[in-house]
Amino acid sequence: MEKWENNKAWFLVLPAFIIVAFSAFIPLMTVVNYSIQDIFGPGQSVFVGTEWFKEMLGNHRLHDALWRQFLFSGLVLLIEIPLGIMIALAMPTRGWGVSACLVTLALPLVIPWNVIGTIWIIFTRPDIGLFGVGINSLDLLEVPFDHTAKPIYAWITLLAMEVWHWTPLVALLAYAGLRAIPEAYYQAAKIDGASSWAIFFYIQLPKMRGVLTIAVLLRWMDSFLIYAEPFALTGGGPGNTTTFLSIYLVKLATMQFDLGPAAAFSLIYFVIILLFCFVFYQALLNVGRGEKV
Amino acid sequence: MARIELNQIAHSYLKKPKNESDYALKRIHNEWEDGGAYALLGPSGCGKTTLLNVVSGLLTPSQGRVLYDGKDVTALPPEERNIAQVFQFPVLYDTMSVFNNLAFPLRNRGVEEGEVKKRVLEVAEILDLTPFLSKRAAGLAADAKQKISLGRGLVRSDVAAILFDEPLTVIDPHLKWNLRRKLKEVHEQLKLTLIYVTHDQVEALTFADQVLVMFEGELVQIGTPQELFENPKHKFVGFFIGSPGMNFLACTVEGNTARVDGAGILLDDDTAALAQKAQGKMEIGIRPMHLEVHAESVKGGIPATVKSVQDQGSFKILTVNMAGHTLRTRLPEGQAVPPNEAWLRFPKRWTKLFVDGRLVNK
Repeated sequence: MEKWENNKAWFLVLPAFIIVAFSAFIPLMTVVNYSIQDIFGPGQSVFVGTEWFKEMLGNHRLHDALWRQFLFSGLVLLIEIPLGIMIALAMPTRGWGVSACLVTLALPLVIPWNVIGTIWIIFTRPDIGLFGVGINSLDLLEVPFDHTAKPIYAWITLLAMEVWHWTPLVALLAYAGLRAIPEAYYQAAKIDGASSWAIFFYIQLPKMRGVLTIAVLLRWMDSFLIYAEPFALTGGGPGNTTTFLSIYLVKLATMQFDLGPAAAFSLIYFVIILLFCFVFYQALLNVGRGEKV
Repeated sequence: MARIELNQIAHSYLKKPKNESDYALKRIHNEWEDGGAYALLGPSGCGKTTLLNVVSGLLTPSQGRVLYDGKDVTALPPEERNIAQVFQFPVLYDTMSVFNNLAFPLRNRGVEEGEVKKRVLEVAEILDLTPFLSKRAAGLAADAKQKISLGRGLVRSDVAAILFDEPLTVIDPHLKWNLRRKLKEVHEQLKLTLIYVTHDQVEALTFADQVLVMFEGELVQIGTPQELFENPKHKFVGFFIGSPGMNFLACTVEGNTARVDGAGILLDDDTAALAQKAQGKMEIGIRPMHLEVHAESVKGGIPATVKSVQDQGSFKILTVNMAGHTLRTRLPEGQAVPPNEAWLRFPKRWTKLFVDGRLVNK
């Protein structure tokens, strides 16, 4: 191959390179730098190698937070994906109802996380909240409803918030997927005598695979990073029962100033998310690819 | 299998149609014999697909009745009509294998599994799909996919008719021919009633025994390809069928002669007699291949100037100017192209008279 004498064109890549460096690479490397040192103060640090990683991997509080996180994200996906699909299937396909539904669904999506937390805290408060007062007045529960009273109450409130906030996103994606199915598929299915269940299973679900992949990935990542809602609700309590990974991380880094362990933790957290996204993506991409008779 | 009757069908997509133009179908009245191959031919938007959907039951017509073997099925949904339909784009159940795709209509009807297997293997054999049976349907080529769509119709032993809605649109040209031949084979083997919608005249004319030409929601002519070519009943048929289409010239009729801006063209006696009684806008029409071109003056020849020549391989299309009108003629192979001057002759037999767009004949 011929070699170019003049390589000045490479300078054109420089702006993009600098932006990426500042937005992603340098912050990440700072964290890597912290994770292998013990920092006592400005200018006073000791190289510790992989010690922080070993410590964090064996830390039982991290393990607990991780399992809690898996349980929470798993529940979120189990509730939001089917619920979103059901909403999408029930939505009208023409007329003024379409716009009405779309606007209504989009409302929760534009509300900031902290505001969602506040809305639901007030809604579920046992003294003034509509739900809290309402359910307690029925006198069905052994322990009156109060998010700080029992872990399950805090979890229910958190899940309700999360589902209320993000199911519309899944529903909108699923709706877009459904609308993209050509009419001929439904007509052919009708002629083939397919039941509505068969239409859902063999036409609608396979055709929604692409958008559902995106929905699962987005909801998984987002719910795995949940911070504002449990922080606003109970700050991780009662006890540590709603201390998810990010809440624990922030406690470690900004309240205890354990920058080294917190950095190691961040990197582990990052790798876990990356790994799961990859697994989900591959699984959904290959679902139903197998050949069968 | 069944004879299909359309009894005074009209359909409008509007809830309250006000006038004629609100109807996608206007007064369709026709019968399809059991085992025939029919083509519905017409330009886009003429109501072909609407008519097909009325036959299959995907649409309930605003007026009229659909009868299968004399039985009124107008109110029945498609799954109760024993009809199969192949759409413009291949419809497949992507996640299923080819075998399961073909078995789907049978399993939905609760057919016993042994019978399902037997039917699917039979149909796969007819359509040359046997090697693909265990493959996933999604990965196949467009023509194989379209064959699967067809196969889902064929597996049902009780199927009355198969309707095709422009099924070759997405198929590569070299595969179109194969698939069309396959369709003919299937028709000869199974003696099913086939109704084929297309806007491609070559497809329609090669596929069908009877071609139904549709125009603006009406059936303007029903006939064999030859009848449509030689005796177009409507100006639209003359124009739409044939490449290039029929030549039309506005005229007035005096006795046996049609006058086109000074040029006189002789009509046959029957036509001339009928023309005396007719009222309306008169035009004569002649097919390019029937219009004779001579390099020298001939008896009854009308002088014209040659404007351009288009070589189509085995024949040439000549554009000529006669008394200010542009006409196209088709020169047979071997005939030399007249240099500038030419004389046109209108054979009586092929010179048709149209009044208000409709053919004048007995």
